[in-house]
Amino acid sequence: MTGVATNGATPPRARPSDEPVVVFEDVSIAFDQKQVLEGVSFQVRHGETRILLGPAGVGKSVLLKLTNGLLRPDSGRIFVFGKEISAMREEDLFELRGAIGTVFQEGALFDSLTVRDNVGYRLLEEHISDEETTNRVTEALRFVELEHTLKQFPSQLSGGMRRRVAIARAIVTHPRLILYDSPTGGLDPITSTTIIELVMKQRDVSHTSSIVVTHRLQDAFMLATHHFSTELNHMVPLGEHQADPNTSFMMLHQGRLVFDGTTAELVNSSDPFIQSYIG
Amino acid sequence: MALETIDAAAKRGVLAVQEYASLSGRALGNLFRRPFYRSDIFLQADVIGVGSLPIVILTGFFLGGVLALQSASTLTQFGATAFTGQLVSFSMIKEIGPVVTALMVSGRNASGMASELGSMIVTEQIDAMRALGTDPLKKLVMPRIVATVVMLFFLVILSDAVGIFGGGFVSVIMLGQDGSQYFHTAYQSLAYPDILQGLIKPIFFGLIIATIGCYFGMKTRGGTQGVGRSTTQAVVWSSILIITCDFLISRTLIGIFGR
Repeated sequence: MTGVATNGATPPRARPSDEPVVVFEDVSIAFDQKQVLEGVSFQVRHGETRILLGPAGVGKSVLLKLTNGLLRPDSGRIFVFGKEISAMREEDLFELRGAIGTVFQEGALFDSLTVRDNVGYRLLEEHISDEETTNRVTEALRFVELEHTLKQFPSQLSGGMRRRVAIARAIVTHPRLILYDSPTGGLDPITSTTIIELVMKQRDVSHTSSIVVTHRLQDAFMLATHHFSTELNHMVPLGEHQADPNTSFMMLHQGRLVFDGTTAELVNSSDPFIQSYIG
Repeated sequence: MALETIDAAAKRGVLAVQEYASLSGRALGNLFRRPFYRSDIFLQADVIGVGSLPIVILTGFFLGGVLALQSASTLTQFGATAFTGQLVSFSMIKEIGPVVTALMVSGRNASGMASELGSMIVTEQIDAMRALGTDPLKKLVMPRIVATVVMLFFLVILSDAVGIFGGGFVSVIMLGQDGSQYFHTAYQSLAYPDILQGLIKPIFFGLIIATIGCYFGMKTRGGTQGVGRSTTQAVVWSSILIITCDFLISRTLIGIFGR
């Protein structure tokens, strides 16, 4: 993995603007007197994909839940789209979350609703017509290549299909920020690759800002070293020692952010924990 | 050490009451905020109200019947079997109808709400709902409260009627009493405060069933074991609160109306 460098010759894409989409300022949170996150600060700029690494139980999912306001920090400030969400009322957060797509660890699909109603949940809540909802749901399902599952229930789908439906649900409203919580956790390698390809497709086709939580290094490096080719309709490697310039890494260890930097900086890090983690 | 345990338990108790009051208050406050989930209310009314019809009718009928049997055997000693109808209607309308119907609905629906919402919590469906911009208190809790209060009110009226009919059936068929006399005394002896007492109780009981069921469901922690725990706690606490509340309402109304 050594020698990976950011390559200026990556496929043409929008450069991230300077305005950050997400800002964490010295955020801490504890549960039952156990400190889960301590003094975490980072930014996600427009069009940027931040991969959050760390061992299981280190607080990666908590960080995502803080980002969309499902949890509130004990101290510190969190800004999303320039608004301080850590100081917002729950009622106002519901509106803001309309611009954030979230893919939960196990998909978290509503088991009593069909795939169509799951994916179109937000559209139905906004009283968008049935016809338009079906069209937009079909479009989102086509993105994850599952348009044939429209009338099925989540229980009729495999684990990988459920994750893909969850991705479709997250992107159906074209959010400005997507949060992926271990999208490949518990899946076999082939299905994991399919999911990562979808995350990459969303990154390279729609240029949506995102935070991808994972503890699977192979997924993280695949995201950093490949790009989605719209001509070939699948992902292709960027080339030897090349990494996507808008994909960078963060690493949590014992509640603290121990790394925040590019792919090259990560693989060349001399930190003993990072070295042992990335092997 | 013992003091610390008592202190921690007291704090947990106060916190639980605070969380319960907050959840109930916010859910009820949503009655006046848009969007109003009318279709969810009707769906829950169907599940809670129509779904509970068989158990309410069956228990109401046999309760009325057993009340007639027991009353008649006691009243015979005083040569007052003619008052069987009065005793049955009094008991059914003021106490047994509301309390037993509420307990039956609680056993069926408070547990159902706790397990359904609890399962949604442990599978992150509630978080997903919030992340999709929907307030679960508005979408899931408020419709359950409204549906339970409204449907329990009518279920209790039905249970009262079926119970009085069941008492009449036993009195006439098994005890050989005069049907006309039974229903006449059952009707004549009732006064406005008795009816009022019987109709006020289900409103409070409905609130207890739905808020306790939803509260324990929404605070579920710890996977499937946690869902089971929440379900049990919901039934236990709603039953305790129904009977406690019954005593308080009875005492208050007897104090006001003198009967």
